[in-house]
Amino acid sequence: MSILHTVNKSPFERNSLDSCLKFASQGAAVLMIEDGVYAAMTGTGVETQVKAALDRLSVYVLGPDLSARGISEDRLIEGIQVVDYAGFVDLAAKNDKVQAWL
Amino acid sequence: MSEVVKKFLYLNRKAPYGTIYAWESLEVVLIGAAFDQEVRLMFIDDGVYQLVKGQDTAGIGMKNFSPTYRTLGDYEVKRIYVDKDSLAVRGLTKEDLVEIPWEDWETEEEIENIVEVVDAARAAELMDESDIIFSF
Repeated sequence: MSILHTVNKSPFERNSLDSCLKFASQGAAVLMIEDGVYAAMTGTGVETQVKAALDRLSVYVLGPDLSARGISEDRLIEGIQVVDYAGFVDLAAKNDKVQAWL
Repeated sequence: MSEVVKKFLYLNRKAPYGTIYAWESLEVVLIGAAFDQEVRLMFIDDGVYQLVKGQDTAGIGMKNFSPTYRTLGDYEVKRIYVDKDSLAVRGLTKEDLVEIPWEDWETEEEIENIVEVVDAARAAELMDESDIIFSF
């Protein structure tokens, strides 16, 4: 059963990303939304952790939430895919269920 | 000018948009400006994200309140402090942050940018010397 995991909390404020990456199984999709998008940037304290996750998970980030926070796409970790709201819906539809790490 | 002038420190620790804290803090700062007190703002932890340049909220259907930070100099805010370590762990530098000018209309004294990056020791000192701290 494939799962889409969503993370909407900053990795510097909550452990939502930690737990998500710990429990997401091989091949799962992870979508960063809202304050969760800060984890997608290069040069941060969680960059190594996110890069390691890219080896076994598909990682996505919601474009409108990046723009709202002033993060341009050239600041993103390579391999993270930017999606819009329609892409969010596609991911939710494509996977069997959605697990939200609040 | 009222007789007693106190040092107010607004301490901001939350990212914008994900929660209402950042916006609420800004509202209180603007209200507080009417009381002629010595007002300083400090941004630590995720609060540093509030000052990031180039925010565009058109896609999320929320008000972009970030342009307001650039006007804080006009609201009696004379100093804005940003914690150095908080920037570093988030992959940010001072160049990623908005510049906020300040001018005294009477003396014509000008400061090009009142945003100052400080280390933890200086931040602690600033908290110590404040009379009142508002936490957001």
